[in-house]
Amino acid sequence: MNKINFLKPDKSNLNTFLYLGSFLFFISVLDVFLNSFFKVNFIGFLPNFLSFIMPLILGFIGLYLIRIEYSGIKKLDQLNKHINTNNFNAILSLLIIFIVIKSIPPILNWFFIEASFAGDSKDVCTGSGACWTYIKVWMRRFMYGMYPNAEQWRINLSFIALALLGSVGYFATDRFKKYLTLYYVVIYPLIAFLFIFFFISGGPVFFDFSYGIIAAIVSIIIGFFIPNKFKFYYFLIVPLFIYILLKYYLFFEETIELGKLDGLNWVETGAWGGLSLTFIISFFCLIFCFPIGMAFALGRRSNFPLIRYISIGFIEFWRGVPLITVLFMSAVMFPMFLPADFFIDKLVRCIIAISLFEAAYVAEVIRGGLQALPRGQYEAAKSLGMGYWKMHIFVILPQALKLVIPGIANTFLALVKDTPLIFVVGLLEIVGMLNLAKTNPEWLGFAMEGYVFAAIIFWIICYAMSKYSYNLELKYKTDR
Amino acid sequence: MNFKLKDLGPQLITVIAVVLIFGFFTYNAQINMENRGIDFGYGFLSQESSFDVQFSLIEYDGSHSYFRAYLVGLLNTILVSVIGIIIATIIGVIVGVARLSPNYLINKFAAYYVEFFRNIPLLLQIFFWYFAALRALPLPQDAEAIFGVFFLTIKGLYVPAFIWENFNIFLYSIVASIIAIIVIRIQAKKLQETQGKQIPVFFISIGLILILPLLSFLIGGVSLSFEIPKLKQLAATSFVYDGGLSLPPELIALTLSLSLYTATFIAECVRAGIQGVGKGQKEAAASIGLTPNQVLKLVIMPQALRIIIPPTTNQYLNLTKNSSLAAAIAYPDLVLVFAGTALMQTGKAIEIVSITMFTYLSLSISISILMNWYNKKIAIQEK
Repeated sequence: MNKINFLKPDKSNLNTFLYLGSFLFFISVLDVFLNSFFKVNFIGFLPNFLSFIMPLILGFIGLYLIRIEYSGIKKLDQLNKHINTNNFNAILSLLIIFIVIKSIPPILNWFFIEASFAGDSKDVCTGSGACWTYIKVWMRRFMYGMYPNAEQWRINLSFIALALLGSVGYFATDRFKKYLTLYYVVIYPLIAFLFIFFFISGGPVFFDFSYGIIAAIVSIIIGFFIPNKFKFYYFLIVPLFIYILLKYYLFFEETIELGKLDGLNWVETGAWGGLSLTFIISFFCLIFCFPIGMAFALGRRSNFPLIRYISIGFIEFWRGVPLITVLFMSAVMFPMFLPADFFIDKLVRCIIAISLFEAAYVAEVIRGGLQALPRGQYEAAKSLGMGYWKMHIFVILPQALKLVIPGIANTFLALVKDTPLIFVVGLLEIVGMLNLAKTNPEWLGFAMEGYVFAAIIFWIICYAMSKYSYNLELKYKTDR
Repeated sequence: MNFKLKDLGPQLITVIAVVLIFGFFTYNAQINMENRGIDFGYGFLSQESSFDVQFSLIEYDGSHSYFRAYLVGLLNTILVSVIGIIIATIIGVIVGVARLSPNYLINKFAAYYVEFFRNIPLLLQIFFWYFAALRALPLPQDAEAIFGVFFLTIKGLYVPAFIWENFNIFLYSIVASIIAIIVIRIQAKKLQETQGKQIPVFFISIGLILILPLLSFLIGGVSLSFEIPKLKQLAATSFVYDGGLSLPPELIALTLSLSLYTATFIAECVRAGIQGVGKGQKEAAASIGLTPNQVLKLVIMPQALRIIIPPTTNQYLNLTKNSSLAAAIAYPDLVLVFAGTALMQTGKAIEIVSITMFTYLSLSISISILMNWYNKKIAIQEK
């Protein structure tokens, strides 16, 4: 048996130090654990201050004693390496462990144990926990805003349809892969717009939509018999032709049975709201801001001084002002700039404002990608005899965009997180609806639940987006 | 001649398009204003504003002009931004360094903090702190004192106010010590370059900045006392704290959420910056015999700062711009006071929105010019 020096733990008395240290560490954690879960304080006989700081001291001594290098026990070495490298780290680790243990019971209590889930009135919420009944009762409002209850299937249907259409890319065979870009850049946004405009907004214009669907189906069916050579021109011309034929020559709205369907009730954009509005706005702004941003990024790198200065002015202007003032502008100043009889819907003005604003950020991100490309790429493309557009579309942009996937994803994330700001113009998406529900006299005092609920939803959306962008980044990573 | 007619086409088209769009807008604006009988002009700035602002750094009430109201809003915006930037930098640097810690728990804790706070919209966070968290605080009469002098209540945070005598002498002493420190630093650098001598500049600096102000207390006639807030009864159930400094809950909620949110981004910048310095640099510095402190100060930090500063500047700008969200919780910042109340009263939409935007624009451009200058100063000077 070697002499034991408690100030200098070493390997020769491994077991002694190990048992003593683990015991002290265990005691300290146990004390905090019992204290927070069962309200038992077994060192309560000590003076107040000492009993408060005792677990920390015990744990610290314990960790000090088990800090033995190369002990030969794998678990212990790993523990030392990860949380117990020196005194400072040991104290920080202990503090974090204590904070986590201390905060678990109140959080569990609030979220689940004391919370009330049942019922549909305020009376059931008597416990000290959260009142999820409030969320349950107001769920429709949080999801759909003031959209009439009977019509909400339209939003659901549109979103499901758009999600299905959006997932086409995963199922496309190699033959159709080359059309995917065209599909996602031009056709899909168009379909989405039609869905939102005719379905969610509704109104008498719905007839056009049904004609459009008929025209599309008929032309696709005929399209199978058209030789490949003419397919492009065919799909460019024929659907439009059939649509016009249907609308103006074959079926007059008075005579056709389809026209007698009452269509869908018109729901004004002021009544849209909740999470669905967040999605709608984010979706359109995403689609619009990307090409605009790309155009200004190219403009800023252009050789023409006038175009360059205009692009710089545009980008720096939008980047210099807060979004809230831009929305203010779109709400109170922009109508002044339009002819008196010209009216643009509030939601559309909002989407334009946010798109322009985010486009400036996208432009800067893309410019970073363009600058990061070596000059050789430009020169190689030029030496092959490519013009400006050919060079950028086939050589420069594919590489530059690949480089800036994380940056673009961050901008898109910022966009989604900025959507609640539309409360400025009086549109109420989910956060706005929360604020409205909070002031309802029957449901006063449940602000916390609402905000936690919205925070969870937003967190899931944003976290999923950032993870997805990370995957994309890995997928398209190529070594040059 | 370098002039090409081919180049002129696209430029001309763009310029004409821009001019046409702006012309269209101005033309419409003129007609609209004529129809509504509004005249364009900034004369309203000197008129009496006749509205009140609950929190202002300078003296203000309804009898002052709109321009004064604008200044109040601007100062409040700057106040929030400055406090937010300071707190966000402190938290951000700590969390950023913590994310590089070998300690598993600290590392994960910092990572969760970043992932949690940056994926929730800032507006939601502001609402959460203001409407949910700060509303759970006690009423003034029930509040317990923190360290005996601070009172955190539902009506805001009450802190002791400083009462200075001969404050200017104290200020002079601090300015003098800062000048002395700069002079000593320059001298020390010169000494090291010419003779290789090293002076403990850091300790001398700390000594100077402590001793000179202390001297001003002892012989300069400066004195400092505290005014501790006291509970005062206004009516049977209405209490306020009298004396001391009161920070409104709007300000607390705003700075808290702004700094917690921005700190996550700054933390990522700091982490990227420190990771961006190659491992070889550290090893090379250690191999030529520098102490760990010197390695950090002379090798790692100068290189890391070069990577950290540009994105961090962007975050500072973002914080300043995001402070305009104050309008949502009625903190009287520029947007609320000027683009809100003043606009409602005067109806001068174009003038007021343009002034507001121009103010933010010049704020952000001046910060970015300052930071660009600094960035250029510390950039690698290739020979």
